[in-house]
Amino acid sequence: MAELQFREAIRAAMTEEMERDEDIFLIGEEVAEYDGAYKVSQGMLDQFGPKRVIDTPISENGFAGLGIGAAMNGLRPIVEFMTFNFSFVAFDQLLNNVAKIRYMSGGQFSFPIVFRGPNGAAGQLAATHNTSVESFYAHIPGLKVVSPSTPEDGKGLLKAAIRDDDPVVFLESERMYGLKGEVSDEDDFILPLGKAHIVQEGDAVTIVANGKDYYIALEVADRLSEDGYQAEVIDPRTIRPMDFDTIIESIKKTNRCVVIDESNPFASISSEIAFQIQERAFDYLDAPVKRVTAKDVPAPYAKNLMDYYMPQADDAYEACRQVMYV
Amino acid sequence: MAIPVDMPKLSDTMEEGVLVAWLADEGDELSAGDVIAQVETDKATMDLEVFDDGVLLKKVVEEGEAVDIGALIAVLGEEGEDISDILAEFGEGDSDGKAEAQEAEDEEPEAEEADVGGDGAPEDAEVVASETEDATPGTVAADDNGRIKASPLARRIASENELDIAQIDGSGPHGRIIKRDVEAALEDRDAAPAERKAPAKERRADVATIEDEEFYEAIPLSQMRKTIARRLAESKYTAPHFYLTIDVDMERVVSFRKKINELAEEQERAKISFNDIITKACAVALREHPEVNSAYLEKEGEIRHYKQVHIGVAVAIDEGLVTPVIRNADRKGLATIAEETRELAGRARDRKLAPEEMEGSTFTTSNLGMFGIEEFTAIINPPSACILAIGAIRDEPVVQDGEIVPGKRMKVTLSCDHRVVDGAVGSGFLSTLRSFLEDPMNLLL
Repeated sequence: MAELQFREAIRAAMTEEMERDEDIFLIGEEVAEYDGAYKVSQGMLDQFGPKRVIDTPISENGFAGLGIGAAMNGLRPIVEFMTFNFSFVAFDQLLNNVAKIRYMSGGQFSFPIVFRGPNGAAGQLAATHNTSVESFYAHIPGLKVVSPSTPEDGKGLLKAAIRDDDPVVFLESERMYGLKGEVSDEDDFILPLGKAHIVQEGDAVTIVANGKDYYIALEVADRLSEDGYQAEVIDPRTIRPMDFDTIIESIKKTNRCVVIDESNPFASISSEIAFQIQERAFDYLDAPVKRVTAKDVPAPYAKNLMDYYMPQADDAYEACRQVMYV
Repeated sequence: MAIPVDMPKLSDTMEEGVLVAWLADEGDELSAGDVIAQVETDKATMDLEVFDDGVLLKKVVEEGEAVDIGALIAVLGEEGEDISDILAEFGEGDSDGKAEAQEAEDEEPEAEEADVGGDGAPEDAEVVASETEDATPGTVAADDNGRIKASPLARRIASENELDIAQIDGSGPHGRIIKRDVEAALEDRDAAPAERKAPAKERRADVATIEDEEFYEAIPLSQMRKTIARRLAESKYTAPHFYLTIDVDMERVVSFRKKINELAEEQERAKISFNDIITKACAVALREHPEVNSAYLEKEGEIRHYKQVHIGVAVAIDEGLVTPVIRNADRKGLATIAEETRELAGRARDRKLAPEEMEGSTFTTSNLGMFGIEEFTAIINPPSACILAIGAIRDEPVVQDGEIVPGKRMKVTLSCDHRVVDGAVGSGFLSTLRSFLEDPMNLLL
């Protein structure tokens, strides 16, 4: 086992895959000469040269479309958005082109492409640079959405995403790039898409969380454990297709659930999880499903307000105790 | 200026009304005279009108809720108006209906608190809003409509184990029955004496089947049932009853009725029943005995001899019984009495009688003759002093001029409130009544 930063794990996944398959290339703003805005692609230009690690103008709509065209013609692009907040200027490329052409062409074209980059809040970046996009892209039939929580998951899931023949939106986090974690040394370590991870088993309450919220979930589980309750923590890993079976099985055991979700609450992934639970495990619920989410407002700039805006561990802990009726 | 709409007194015996159905929604623009709800009183289901113009700002009670007279039902006013003062004013009361209003009011600020997020319908502060949920644990699981609050899991466990969830106390927010409550109830049941189960195995199968059957069906008390219970108990407890029975020769009434009904057929009028004739006979007899046509009114400190004769006729309906009133029956002809009685009884069965049509009787009759009841005693319908219980007309051998001949007889029993009517007074009335019935031509005079 090697201890890697999240950015190193992502880089390792891309490097290993690019060494394996010449059709794979990386394209995006500052990915080459500058070694990546967050140093994710550090050294990759030197290793693979300018034909496979390509800097672009500040033109998301353009280079996203370029990547999609390349995928249509048999290459396997990795398109990096400096942040997913910038993906919105390329929204039509993702919503209408990459997600739907396979369907509209009767399967003549496939899109082995990954769109990756940091997602969600990253501190005092104010309203337009703190958006969590999970539900936007997961909403679209034709797109897969992955959100790893640990360096190891980042590596294993990104390798699976690159090898997938359909478009995958791969959500990382600025805040987590420096995070260190043990990463498997296993040759060609891959984690399958669409499989949730039961991080910690328990019978008192099910906590579902991904990305940064995964760490809130672990903290809450620790606090509950001090109170004498074993929480089951589930990291979905893949947002779509989501592994609802694992969540439902857990609910059947714990009879209650708290979802922690960094998105704004309305029509979010946590809404969908809560809906699926009530539809598939209604008779197993002993309490309403609770969510702890970002507040339903644009992200504020002031630090104190931003802290309040984000899902809080205290709130998640309280929510768990409420659904446990303790 | 917001205007409170409170529960009006819709009949003189009404103490509370059940809001059966809302016919207007919050936000509706209303004018004076608009019907906003239906209210079930002890006697009938009636429309509730508003007396002012305005927007319906708030429905304070829910459908199915029983509300005391004077308790707040709704608030009218101008769009957006602050109604907290009115809610507070009515919230101070301590009656059940008002307690509800207070609760509804208490919820308001919470909703506002949760509303910090912006102008749409923000969903933020979900945790903040729900923190208040466990404010009142472990009290009432069922709301006023009898709905039991239980988690889906609790319901499933209860039904799988054939536990009646209504018998379980809830420990969750607002008394919600949750898993641990059902499990505790199961433990209690399992811990219950084993011998109760043991002999069951030895019993014959058919006995076991009977034991499995439901023992009873619970029927919620209707307003009418409650009223019957209250008023008749009050009558029997406060008015010292005594009973006088007299046997009446109905030979002539029978032939008299036959004749006038032959006429009725020719003239296509409603037929006249024995009961109509008895109503008329009572009315005429009461004119001669005002002390029987009376009431003992303790509060007013007086006995009232009524100068008009209004006969209440007990009518059995599905939910109980009502007594529509034939007003001034002494001055009405038999045909009118017959027609009115039939019409009122018909509407009584449909529960369409207005309260005033059931109020103000000075004397009551109750007839069970059609069931073959020979004689019975009735409970006085307060505030009247007397009620006449009418039995069946029987074919009977009677002695006439020393010979046994076939005859027609009917027993009537007068229940008298001894505070007003003494034995001789009641007997005098019965004697007069009998003379009218035994010579019915006098009724025509």
